[in-house]
Formats: sequence, structure tokens, C-alpha cells
Amino acid sequence: MVLERIGRIDTMVGAYISVFEEQALARAAEIDGRIAAGLPVGALAGAPVAVKDNMCTAFGATTCASRILKNFQAPYDATVVGRLSAADAVIVGKTNMDEFAMGSSTENSGLRRTVNPWDTGRVPGGSSGGSAAAVAAGLCAAALGSDTGGSIRQPAAFCGVVGLKPTYGRVSRYGLVAYGSSLDQIGPLTRTVEDAALLMNVIAGHDPSDSTSVCESMAPVSDYLADLDRPVEGLRIGVVSSLNAGADPAVVKALDEALAVYRPLGAELIEVELPHFDYAIAAYYVIATAEASSNLARYDGVHYGHRSKQAEDYVAVYSKSRAEALGQEVKRRIMLGTYALSSGYYDAYYLKALKVRNLIRTDLVSAFERCDCIIMPVAPTTAFNIGEKTDDPLQMYLSDIYTISANLAGIPGISIPCGFDGRGMPIGMQILSPAFSEDRLLRIARMYERQTQWHQRRPDMG
Amino acid sequence: MSDLQYKVVVGLEIHVQLCTKSKMFCGCAVEFGAEPNSRVCPVCLGMPGVLPVMNRLAVEYAILAGLALNCRIARRTKWDRKSYYYPDLPKNYQISQYDLPLSAEGYIEIPLDDGRTKKIRITRAHLEEDAGKNLHAEGNYSQVDLNRTGTPLLEIVTEPDMSSAAEVRALAVELQRIVRYLGVSEADMQKGHMRFEPNVNLIITRGGRQYKTPIVEVKNLNSFRSLERSVEYEIGRQIDEFLETGRTLEIGNKSTRGWDDVREITVLQREKEEAHDYRYFPDPDLVPVEVDEAWLAEIQSRLCELPLARQRRFAEEYGLSAYDAGVLTAERETADFFDQAVRAGGEPKRVCNLLTQVGMKLANEKGGGIARLGPSTQAVAELAKMIDDGTVNATAAGTIFAEMVATGKNPAALADELNLVQKSDAGELEAMVDEVLAANAEAVADVRSGGKKAGKARGFLLGQVMQRTKGQANPKVVSEILGKKLG
Repeated sequence: MVLERIGRIDTMVGAYISVFEEQALARAAEIDGRIAAGLPVGALAGAPVAVKDNMCTAFGATTCASRILKNFQAPYDATVVGRLSAADAVIVGKTNMDEFAMGSSTENSGLRRTVNPWDTGRVPGGSSGGSAAAVAAGLCAAALGSDTGGSIRQPAAFCGVVGLKPTYGRVSRYGLVAYGSSLDQIGPLTRTVEDAALLMNVIAGHDPSDSTSVCESMAPVSDYLADLDRPVEGLRIGVVSSLNAGADPAVVKALDEALAVYRPLGAELIEVELPHFDYAIAAYYVIATAEASSNLARYDGVHYGHRSKQAEDYVAVYSKSRAEALGQEVKRRIMLGTYALSSGYYDAYYLKALKVRNLIRTDLVSAFERCDCIIMPVAPTTAFNIGEKTDDPLQMYLSDIYTISANLAGIPGISIPCGFDGRGMPIGMQILSPAFSEDRLLRIARMYERQTQWHQRRPDMG
Repeated sequence: MSDLQYKVVVGLEIHVQLCTKSKMFCGCAVEFGAEPNSRVCPVCLGMPGVLPVMNRLAVEYAILAGLALNCRIARRTKWDRKSYYYPDLPKNYQISQYDLPLSAEGYIEIPLDDGRTKKIRITRAHLEEDAGKNLHAEGNYSQVDLNRTGTPLLEIVTEPDMSSAAEVRALAVELQRIVRYLGVSEADMQKGHMRFEPNVNLIITRGGRQYKTPIVEVKNLNSFRSLERSVEYEIGRQIDEFLETGRTLEIGNKSTRGWDDVREITVLQREKEEAHDYRYFPDPDLVPVEVDEAWLAEIQSRLCELPLARQRRFAEEYGLSAYDAGVLTAERETADFFDQAVRAGGEPKRVCNLLTQVGMKLANEKGGGIARLGPSTQAVAELAKMIDDGTVNATAAGTIFAEMVATGKNPAALADELNLVQKSDAGELEAMVDEVLAANAEAVADVRSGGKKAGKARGFLLGQVMQRTKGQANPKVVSEILGKKLG
């Protein structure tokens, strides 16, 4: 059914880079067979799930929406893909994204254009724009995205779905093609908070193949569904009023109304400060690009991926393959990161950025001494027009202002639908909570969701 | 130019391959000579999305080596990425250690030719992963074999404390002995387990002034001979160059040269040290390594007596010559065997002779170590005792040792079986001596005359007695009888 819908609608949306029709049908039949035979099935039995195309699958291509990996077939499954399969999910396809997850609109895809299902003249957000659009347009039941600076939460907000970025180390990164290794985290994009909890139950947990995934003895994984409907008693919500200045009035208004929903539930609003918030973007674009410049060095045309036909020696294999097949934004970030790590500049940029990162983490830790969560916008605006910001990368970077801190601090953050603007575009609310408190975070989100109907609205896709 | 004097200054970088079963950051086997690209996985191939997982044993081996090199072991260390593009490096960065090496500030004591030792300071020793190999095939292309990619390497950097090619060689040999003793590396030169890069220059004194020649780094030497010869060659070449050009050391004029094994010369590779920017930064995929007290103590407990100390002990405690002590301690297995045989009651000098003159030769022929030869340390000790108490002579003992290897029988049984027990019965031997004396009047006269021929004649008579007993007479007893009869 989903496959039929994809066939009909995805030509318009462009959410998928590849669709695994044959495998999906075979897999679904196999699971149906087990159900019919009364055999046990997994928690996601038969659910059509989409995976962002920067997570490796042993079948089909894994492109990262880059021409340099256009025909790349990974020889292995990412840990999350293995976990989805083990839970009997049906992986229907791989979704479009900004090339190597670098971008906030999915316009940097080297392979495909994805539009916002609510308004096809607008972007779906990014970099997990394909996953968010697929969920919003009903082209899958749920999707996985990755979030380095907001890449799950912002497209979730733009497309009116739920998007959770877990704590750094909660979900294995093995098989996630690295962009900014110390910031990247995989998480679910779903229609409801409950579905997000369900997916977290499947993908969260320690993985010996990822040294940065946290041992369960240090931070046990909970059953995120078990207590989901139990409200957090005496909830203290942190708000940072100074942050609203940069956001659209419609976004601020929706947020105020959302906070008003919590009050009758016994929540207390507490004003908190994040003194170093303004430096987050600068620090992020040094750290993420520095790591990216190193992570992307392997796409050189020697061992796999695009190789220039014009190269006459091995140095030219590198330079020409990369020049031909990497997009402009990727090149920009590689250059930025290379510069930041160069001898003589390392201390002034990379080291300084790490210090800022620490300050931001400390700010959040002390804020969480006074509150259980912090609520703020996901993005300053709703989904913007296609092409509106492509010529102004700095403006594009600035739209990450609200989401980046969670990545720098490694804490979890969720985006849930909380209204629509005057043009009918969805607005998201962001809830941040302390590291490894996803269970409470989901409960706090669920408290709101039960009181509202925003998440039930669907774009009219025919 | 007769007033020219010079001092040699050499520092060494050594890469030692650790003998872990699996690679530094993945589960692939470390194996020499396997089919190209057959010992690889997505991780060591640098596929998109993979992550490294540290091999704990490699860290323990590196710490063990650091302790043996008297280094300070870092309690907290980390991994850094070193970036450069080369086809044998799939990620185009190498995971290494930059500013927090696992061990630093140590020294190695090396034996000198005159019997003294010298301390060479160790700057640092850190762990890193090896690259693969580029194979330059015929035609206009190259091939890459990534089996070696990710093999754990210990990079040891010394201070420029060596002042001759012989010292450089001595350090290399001593280091090989140490890592083999510790069991952290096979240190097999043929398999490239040890690779050397000496940094050489000279301090030349002429006309009361001092000049330093530009530093030359010789790349990738993988034998003791090429290491020693390349340093020797550089010394000569740098003197010549100084005389010709007068060039002295400046910032940035360090050059890199390669060793031509056939012509035995160094060849210029890079004139000026290129401003290599490796853009080191901490690898975000790996967590820092905390070496706590308990772990360190556990590793420390695996330290053994080091070869040089053992060599010294063998000489001092057992009165062995420096040469014999050196031969016995070259391999830990031999030294252990010797120690145990001595502990089992073998007289050290006798055991030493049995091992160095017979056992090691047989072991070599069989292509294994002495411990795998067959005879136990107790059996060898017993054989040594049989020499001592006159049951067999040294020559017979050699024959018995060989038979012990061949048959696995004990030495006493073999001595009987092979009729090698010495005749030490004075009465029986005396009769035989009398017969010999009667039959060789001329020699007897020579001995009695006490002239020039006396010594030779006495030897001849002894030989005659030995021949009559088919070598079974105890020469000591025969000598005594001869002495008594001939005065």
C-alpha cells in the first residue's frame, strides 16, 4: 500500500532516493507468513520504515545524496538497520538529504529535489528532509534521520512531524556515514510521540562496534513506551525569553500557546539563562567542518565511488574526482574545516571552539539544575521557499541557531508539531532535556500531544 | 684538511610491529604473506560509516615495551588523526597519537664493543596503525594491498644520542632482543616487523670553529646491515658535501634520502623538508584511554628480566665469558632454558658449552628454538653432571646430546648403550698405559729428556691410550698415570 502511494505521490514529493520494492514485498510476505502461522514477530512487524540515505544498507545503494557515492553499495548494514530488521520492520527505501547531511533544506542534495508536502514551493528542511517529507506525506510509517546540528528536528518542524535527536551515545553510529562524528546522532521521525518511543525501543542501546555508544551499565536504556502516558508530576519547564527575539512572531505565538497548554497540567515555568547561546553557531561550524574535512577525506576515487576519467596521475585522481563529484556546500565545509585544523590556526579556531562547546554544555547542565526541560523554538521560521536561501549560506547557517546547542552539549531534543502559521505551514516546538533522559523527554512531549490535535493534521496530497 | 675533526649525531625512529592476532582497530587477522586484500573488512578498508574499536592487547603490549624502555607511562592518552593523502591509506588519515603519547622520557641501555654500555634516551613511544602497500605493477598503473592496513605499530623515537653507526646498530639489535623477550613483537626483519629511519648529521670542527651539517633522514630501512651501512655512508657523504659546499644546518634544510640497497648509497628524495601539515586533531570516534593503577600494575607484573641485565647476570653470577653470555641471551627461550638447566643442578659452564656447542646447532638445523628440541632442562643438567663427575667426557657428551634429541632417551641410558662411559678405573688403565709405554720407547725417551719434544710426545702417548680404549678412558686419569710413570 505504501509502495503504491510512493509510486503515485513521490514523483511530486521526491522524498526517496531509492525504493526497495522487491525486497520490501518479499520481506512483508515473509512477516505476514509468520503472523499467519502464529509465529512470534518483532515490535515493528511489517511497519514500512524509511532510512536516510547516509545509513549503510547491505542491499541497494548508500549515496549520502552525493554524486561521489552515487553508485556506492555498502558491504554491510548499519547497526540501526540491523536492529530495524531484527524488529521485523520493512525497509521501504532510502530518503533524500542534503549531501553528506550538510544543509538545512535538502536543496544541497546532489541527486534529487525534495519538496515540502504542505507546500511544494517550499523546502522540507534538512538535512533529513527526505525522511521528514516521507513521514508527512504518508510514504512510510516512520523514518530514521540523523542530526548533527538540527537535521532531524528542523525538518520535522518544517513538515509537521515528530523528530527526536537522542543523547550522543544513545544510538549506535556504526554504519552512519560520518559528517561531524562528535555531533552526529541517529533518531526517529514519526507521526506521533508514541511511534518515536516505539522506534527508540528498537534502536537505542550499546553497540560494541561504536566506542562512543554508551554502556548500558552507565546509562540503562528504558522501555520508552512503558510510562509514556504518565505525566511528569511537578514539571518545571525552563524558558529562555531572550531567545524569542530572533524568531518569527507566528513561531513565538505558537510557542506561547504551547506553554499555556502545559500550565493547567501542573507545570511551572521557570526563566533560565544560557549565556553562551549566541556563540553556538560559530563553535559548531568550526567543530563540525573540522571533523567533516577529515571524515570526507576518504572519498577520493581510489578505492570506491566516483573516479575522474580525466586524471592522469594519482594526485589528479584525488583532486579531479573530488572536484567533479562533490557539491558546493560540501566543498565549502571541507575547506572551512581544513583551514580550522591547519597548523597555526588550530588553537585559534578548533581549540577555541572546543572551549565554547564546554561553556555551552556547562550552561545547559546548570540550567537543568533548576528545570526538567527547556522549551524553545526549533527554527526561527517555518519552511522557506525553495531557492530562497541558497545564495546566502550564512543566512542558512543562522537558521540552525536553536538546534545546535543540543548537539554541542550531547543532550536529547525533540521537535513536536505545535501549530501552523498564516500560510498553513507547520510550526514545531523544541523540548530539550538532560543527557540520557529520553524517557522523561518523551513523556513531556506526550503530555502536550494528548491535549492537542496538531499532529493529526495531514497535508492534502490526494 | 688534516685539522678537520667531526662528531657523529644520530637519532632514530623505529617502527615495531606488535604481534597481536588482530589489527589495531578491527577484528581482521594480522597475517604476513596472505593473498592481497584477503585480510580486510569494512573498517580497515575505510568504508563509509565504519568506526574503529581499540585493540586492548595492543595497548598492553605498547605499555609493556614502554616500561622496558624505562618510560613514563601516560595515565591518560588519546588517539589523533594524522591527515595525508596516499593510496595505501584508505581513510586518508592515520590513527596515531600526537601530543599525548602512551609513553615518553625513557632510555635504552645498549652494549658497546668494549664491553661497556651506553644509555640512549627515548623521547617517546606511541601506538599507531600501519598503512597498506602500494604495488607498482607493470604498465601504467599501481595496485594496493590493504592486508597490512591497521596493523598495530609502536613508533619509538630516540634522542640524537648515538655517535657512530655501530651504536645505531647496537640499539637496533638490543631493541629487537627486548621486544622479543617481552613477547610483544616477533621483530622479524624479513617480514618488515622493524623499520628504521635514522636522522644523521655531523658536528665538524675545523680551524677552531664548529659547523653542523644539515640533518638527513634516511627512510624505511629494514635490516641491521642497511641501517648501519646507510649511517656509515651518510657520515662520509656529509663530510664530502661539507668540504665541497660548506653547507651547514639551517631551519628547513633537513632533507630526506632513500637507501639504495644494491649500490649501497643514499639517494636524495626530498631536498627541503616540505612544510607537511598533518592537521592532527583528536579522533572523535575513539574515547581517551585511561591507564589506571590496577591495569598498569597487572601489565607491570608481566615484565621479565631484560636481556642486557640477564647477560650481565650470566657473566657475573656464572662466570661466563661476555661472548657466551651474549649468545645465551640473544633469545629469551635459550636464556630461559639455560637458567632452568642450571637451576636443575647443571654446572653453568658445562651447560653453556652443551647448549652453545651442541644444542643450539641442532636446534638451528631443526629450525626451531632450544626448548622445542626435545631434551628437558633436567636431562641437560644431568648430562652436564655426567661430564663433571667424569662419567663421560665432553666429546661423548656431545654425541649423547644428539642421541637424546634423536631418541628421547635419558643421558645415562644412552651413555651405557653407546659404550661412552669413561674408564676411570686406575688399575685397568694402568695396565693399558704400561702396554703403550712399552710399545713406544722413542716417545717415552722424548718425554723423559724434557726437551722440546716432551710436550708433543706426552700428548701422543695419551692419544695412544685413548685410541686403545676407543675414547672411553678418562683422559684426566690417564694423564695422572702417565705423569706418575714418566715423572
